[in-house]
Amino acid sequence: MQLSREALLAAYRQMKIIREFEERLHVEIQTGEIAGFTHLYCGQEAVAVGVCEHLSPADKIVSTHRGHGHCLAKGCDVNDMMKEIWGSREGLCKGKGGSMHIADVTKGMLGANGIVGAGAPIAVGAALASRVDGPGPDGLRVAIAFSGDGACNQGTTFEAMNLAAVTKAPCIFVFENNHYSEHTGVSYAVGTNQDIASRAEAFGMKAWRADGTDFFAVHTAMREVLDYVRAGNGPAAVEFDTERFFGHFEGDPQRYRGPGELDRIRATRDCLTKFRASVTGAGLLADADLDAVDADVMGAIEGAVAAARAADRPTAEDVLADVYIAY
Amino acid sequence: MSNMMYRAAVLSTIMEEMERDPNVVVLGEDVVGGMGTEGGPEAIGGIWSTSTGLYDRFGANRVIDTPISESAIVGAAAGLALSGKRPIAELMFADFIGVSLDQIWNQIAKFRYMFGGKTRCPAVIRMAYGAGYNAAAQHSQSVHQILTGMPGLKVVMPTTPADVKGLLRTAIRDDDPVIFLEHKALYATTGEVPDDRDFMIPFGHARLSRAGGDVTIISSGLLLGMCEAVADKLAGEGIGCDVIDLRTTSPLDEETILDSVEVTGRVVVVDEAPPRCGLGADLCALVAEKAFSSLKAPPLQVTPPHTPIPFARELESAYLPSVDKIEAAVRRVLAWR
Repeated sequence: MQLSREALLAAYRQMKIIREFEERLHVEIQTGEIAGFTHLYCGQEAVAVGVCEHLSPADKIVSTHRGHGHCLAKGCDVNDMMKEIWGSREGLCKGKGGSMHIADVTKGMLGANGIVGAGAPIAVGAALASRVDGPGPDGLRVAIAFSGDGACNQGTTFEAMNLAAVTKAPCIFVFENNHYSEHTGVSYAVGTNQDIASRAEAFGMKAWRADGTDFFAVHTAMREVLDYVRAGNGPAAVEFDTERFFGHFEGDPQRYRGPGELDRIRATRDCLTKFRASVTGAGLLADADLDAVDADVMGAIEGAVAAARAADRPTAEDVLADVYIAY
Repeated sequence: MSNMMYRAAVLSTIMEEMERDPNVVVLGEDVVGGMGTEGGPEAIGGIWSTSTGLYDRFGANRVIDTPISESAIVGAAAGLALSGKRPIAELMFADFIGVSLDQIWNQIAKFRYMFGGKTRCPAVIRMAYGAGYNAAAQHSQSVHQILTGMPGLKVVMPTTPADVKGLLRTAIRDDDPVIFLEHKALYATTGEVPDDRDFMIPFGHARLSRAGGDVTIISSGLLLGMCEAVADKLAGEGIGCDVIDLRTTSPLDEETILDSVEVTGRVVVVDEAPPRCGLGADLCALVAEKAFSSLKAPPLQVTPPHTPIPFARELESAYLPSVDKIEAAVRRVLAWR
């Protein structure tokens, strides 16, 4: 199914928003203005957007410590997210969560998560809730667990896959293989011949594999996965091969990278560059169309940073806000 | 009023709440029991008989029998709760929290605060705790001291069938996560229970099970009965004991404790968990901080020793607090001059 011009522009804009959100954070973090630990999603945009463009707010996602992209793709407000990362009381989580704990349940975004592997069981629960509610006009609401190649080694992920399989929960395990769990390569850390999807298959699930730097490959695979899961066939999994353009965390010296590796993946595996080449090559969009989106996004990010800088800071009294057992 | 067992109070409350609210969902290992066997669903109906008949009544979507996967059980409860359901997850034995602790401690306990107050997590995590069955070190523990120390969890440990009824209903209807600890040695005890399907006991309200005025004994669960036995014995000697059943360790009814201590000036805390950083130490610190001028004797705690729980009958009996040990501690604070 060919995407409409509007859908193509929307997908590109969403990927570009994530890219520039992260590139800007990479710069701002170095000034010391932003506190805490930040893990950037740059390079993986096609996965979050290629997955979430199919979803409605009634579908749920559970994210990871590298969660900005998933949050933005699922509809979290750019300004509110930037304010949260800046630690403002006007932030999406009032400055209580920060980069690793952004959530907006009204958008079906059940939380980024600072604990690697914690999200998958939560997604199964959301899928079991969908099973209680039953199918809507276009099938079951789904829950998606985003996991990296690090989280695929956690027992929680195995427990979650098995529970989903035996309960036939409409849960989708999306594995983003960016080849690094923190500072360790998949060739060392991931058994099963580095084939993460095969683990899902071992639990009796149908699994897909696709190039996670190709938006169209992600989008097409996810349409098939969603048709399968919404129809009540139980859970499924998909592994996307992708790239992480920055370190595990901001400040990571990345001494584990090979010579020229970062330049190479930026040159050959950039999902935005590939999207542009694809749509202009096919005559679906013109460079000028995409340039206009770029300019618009740069303005939006500039505005978000300005809003975050100007936003109210939390006070000592805010420490005890939203406390339900006080001593 | 109806006379019923502690375990029947658990089951009937869950049944009534599932009838009342279609969002209430039960999950856990063997909560149906017999799935995938020739005996079929409900062949067992839960090892504590606290979920018998739920599956036949409400079906597989609302009564979810899970594999032995405690992280997935609590994690799924978290996901259900974030998706508008009111899950009641059963961990079978409290000792199994170790396997699922991340989901309890880092997830459900933190969501509401960490997400800026916009998210509620109405999950109940039930588990059977306590010694008395010679089940040894990994099936007998009292875990409230671990969980009470975690901000974001409400921790409930009922002693009587009536309190099971009122506190469990409150837990299910609560919009925040509740740890519901059922003492396995109390499951077969009986008591009068109100029939009112809206009977609820608010959290943070202790029960004064004996009123005496000479010494304050604080406890909950299986050991409360021993405290009452000591109080009844001493009453024969003209010594009056206030026996306080905490009902919930978080929130904590400081008012009832401090009101009693201000009159008695003497305190014994009796707890089934080990002595360090536990309820006994916590409540002794509370009265030292907030009722110091009322104290006539150092507050004492009666707990097991700081060891794993031993297996053999003689060893478990020696390990646990007893009527004699509690009486000795009470006489010690009474004798202090």
